[in-house]
Amino acid sequence: MKAKIFVTLKSGVLDPQGQAVAHALCRLGFDEVKDARIGKYIELELGDQGASEERLRAMCEKLLANTVIEQYRVETVE
Amino acid sequence: MKIVVVRFPGSNCDDDAFHVCSRVMGASAEFAWHKSVSLPTADALVIPGGFSYGDYLRAGAMAAHSPVMGAVKQFAERGGPVLAICNGFQIACEAGLLDGVLTRNAGLRFICRDVHLVVEGRPTPFTRAIPAGRILRMPVAHAEGRFVHPDVETLEREGRVVFRYCDVGGGETVAANPNGSTKNIAGICNRQGNVVGLMPHPERASESELGSADGGLLFESLKLWLQGSGERARSAT
Repeated sequence: MKAKIFVTLKSGVLDPQGQAVAHALCRLGFDEVKDARIGKYIELELGDQGASEERLRAMCEKLLANTVIEQYRVETVE
Repeated sequence: MKIVVVRFPGSNCDDDAFHVCSRVMGASAEFAWHKSVSLPTADALVIPGGFSYGDYLRAGAMAAHSPVMGAVKQFAERGGPVLAICNGFQIACEAGLLDGVLTRNAGLRFICRDVHLVVEGRPTPFTRAIPAGRILRMPVAHAEGRFVHPDVETLEREGRVVFRYCDVGGGETVAANPNGSTKNIAGICNRQGNVVGLMPHPERASESELGSADGGLLFESLKLWLQGSGERARSAT
C-alpha cells in the first residue's frame, strides 16, 4: 500500500516561489498562466496493511504539513 | 549561572551563542546534543541558528521532533528562559513553543545584512533591561524569515510582539521590513513571556568589534533577570 500526500499553501498565503514560476512561464511565452502555487508531493510506502485514514491524517498534522499556512490531501493506492 | 546551547545537526551559530554566553556574558555555557533526552541543569537555554536537518520538509520541522525537544518543552513549561534565534525561532514555532510560522522571504532571496529592530511588548527575561522603544542594530541571515500568524491582533494585544523591523529612526516602514513579515514582526514571545524567538542574530552583534554590541543587551538582560530571580528565590526561603 502507498499513500500519496499533497501539501499545498492555503489560499491567501503569499507564495513568492509560485509568483516567480508564473512570471518565468509568461516570459517563456506561456502567457495564459495567471498564477502558480507551489506545493509538496510526498509518497509513503506503507506495507501490506496500509494505514488508517486517521493515522495518515495524524502524520500530516504532526509533521508533513504546517496547518497554520498549509493544507493537505491524502490518496491511498493499492 | 549556566546557559545550555542546544545543538542539532546543521546548527551553525551554536559556537557563537556559546561564545557570547561564556566570554561576553560571563556565564558558564554547555552544549546539549539533539539526541539527548534530558538536559544538563540549566538556568536558561539558547536554541541557536543554522540549518538543522538541512531545512528538510520545512525549516525547523525535523528538529522540532528530535529527542531533546521533550526536555526543552518541559524546561519552557516550568518557566525557564529560552532564547530561540533564527533557525531556533523556526524550530520553536514548529515545536509549538511559539505561535506562528516562518516561511519563504517575500523577495525570495537569502538576506544577510544588518537590520534595525525596535523593542516593545511585555518584559521578557531577554528584554527586561532594554527600555521599550530602544532601537537595536543586528544582522539577519535567512531565506525563510517571513513571519505569518493567523491572529496577529491577539499577539499584539497580549504584548507578545517583542521586536519589529524598523528603519534607523524607528519607523516601521515597508522598506525596513526585509522579508515581508506580517506587520514588520521580527520577534515574539510565548504567553508566559519566558520563550522569546527572533530572526535577527543578537549573538552576532554582542561585541563592538563586530560592528554592533546591541545584541549583547539581550544577554545582559538575561543575566540581570537570572540574578534577580536568584535573589527572589533566596528571599523567599
